[in-house]
Amino acid sequence: MRIAIASGKGGTGKTTVAVNLAVALAERESVQFLDCDVEEPNAHLFLDPQFSDRETVSKLLPVIDEAACTRCGACAEACEFGAIAVLAETVLVYPEICHGCGRCRMVCPANAIREEPHELGVVESGLARGIPFAHGLLTVGEAMATPIIHRLKERIDPERTAILDAPPGTGCPTIAAIAGADVALLVTEPTPFGLHDLKAAVGVARSLDVPTSVVINRDGVGDDGVERYCRAEGIPVALSIPFDREIASLYSSGTILVDARPEWKPRFVGLASQLKEMAK
Amino acid sequence: MKSILFLSGKGGTGKTSLAGAFAVLAQDKVLADCDVDAANLHLLLAPEIVDDGIYQGSKLAVKDEAACVACGRCREVCRFHAVSESCAIDPYLCEGCGACETACPADAIELVVQDTGRWYTAKSRLGPLASAELIPGEETSGKLVAEVKEKAAALCAEAKAERLLIDGSPGIGCPVIASASGVDTVVLVTEPTLSGLHDLRRILGVVRHFGIPAYLVINKRDLNPTVAEQIAAFAAEEDLPILGGIPYDPKVTEAMVAGRSAVEEEGSPAGDAMRRVFDRLMNAIA
Repeated sequence: MRIAIASGKGGTGKTTVAVNLAVALAERESVQFLDCDVEEPNAHLFLDPQFSDRETVSKLLPVIDEAACTRCGACAEACEFGAIAVLAETVLVYPEICHGCGRCRMVCPANAIREEPHELGVVESGLARGIPFAHGLLTVGEAMATPIIHRLKERIDPERTAILDAPPGTGCPTIAAIAGADVALLVTEPTPFGLHDLKAAVGVARSLDVPTSVVINRDGVGDDGVERYCRAEGIPVALSIPFDREIASLYSSGTILVDARPEWKPRFVGLASQLKEMAK
Repeated sequence: MKSILFLSGKGGTGKTSLAGAFAVLAQDKVLADCDVDAANLHLLLAPEIVDDGIYQGSKLAVKDEAACVACGRCREVCRFHAVSESCAIDPYLCEGCGACETACPADAIELVVQDTGRWYTAKSRLGPLASAELIPGEETSGKLVAEVKEKAAALCAEAKAERLLIDGSPGIGCPVIASASGVDTVVLVTEPTLSGLHDLRRILGVVRHFGIPAYLVINKRDLNPTVAEQIAAFAAEEDLPILGGIPYDPKVTEAMVAGRSAVEEEGSPAGDAMRRVFDRLMNAIA
């Protein structure tokens, strides 16, 4: 089973929920953790994995053989992303815009284009408390996060309950993380910002045909808009975590809630049971 | 016109709350919400839409099943694993590059333009606003961000505005890079948590990569004074000027629920700290 932990709004507590779910569940069954927020991964700060493997993720960038190039412009015309500009004297390739699709090389009539790998980031994997753990790291300055997320998802072991910590938002990286999940657990806070972005996240999950359940974090601040929305839409609120300065303080120092406050363990186990029921 | 962009790396550190405060305090400004994945600034502004439209930023490969000869060439050339064994194209994996269209010997594949999102410009209680909402499940948020910036630039020209305040998105990837291109100043908003510090290092790397002057604000500074000190030490090492700390204050959320900024609340310690942060930045970039 694959559980994606997502949210439209950032900083609502995705990583807190994902890490606690993994630790609580690992006492009962085989779990796997994949931190799919490759722009700003944080789960390793809590789970402290020992990495044993590091894999580079690249895209292929066109390299123009200026001697063979006839400046015909076919490559620039074929590129859907505007990553190539053909000038009178030379051809410019914009590495940060290029998606590495290879279409320019396919259309070049002079065979003047070859391709070279360009590093986008890495996937690191290992063990954290006996739990198989992997995360991706987008190289600073690079734009394309999704190839790293896809590479991470190749690590999914169907024999284990996979917990995927998704990036915030509703764009391509979030879609890449949620697609194929059995259930999306959406973490929100009970505020107008939280509600607005929860609606967007529900829209993404529905467009991917993934059932949703909600965790309300920092319950007690803000208003009851999220609860009313969930009731109206028939989305179950599987867990509420109250606003509590001690919980916030534990998070700030990288301490896992179920370690410091064991009474939370059965609540996360109960959350997992509800998700399994939904995924059936 | 000088632009100020709010970024954070980590989400939920208070970018929009601070951008909203600056929107109250700054004169002659235009506002832009470039967090098109999860735009929230409008919730503080009571905007009245002046103009809007659908932005078509991406394409998808669409196959004519009648013409397809199931030769598998599309699957061979697709580097995004978007073509299945049975030659069906997965719209969520398709990048819209058109390699399959080029490769198809039967002319059965065509790239079709997709609606990516809706942009709008508005009048608001705190000034003109340009914003957009990505259609859930659609891609290319970076291009939609560029579209919002273009609309905001037009609003600035029209209003002869001195400042453009841009609310950015979390992360360090495509939409962040699109929002950062060409801006004059970045304000980084962090919080005193290990995640906040970790993510600050990475977003600062991006901002420095593009050579943009940056300033730091530590939100909820009192939440963990030890980590706040670590952040201050990191900022000193990196020559990253700190504009100030903002205390945790329930009035920030109360103001948000009422559709206002904390600087509009009487006796809000966070609101007072936001004013000091604003004054310091204005002095620093004057």
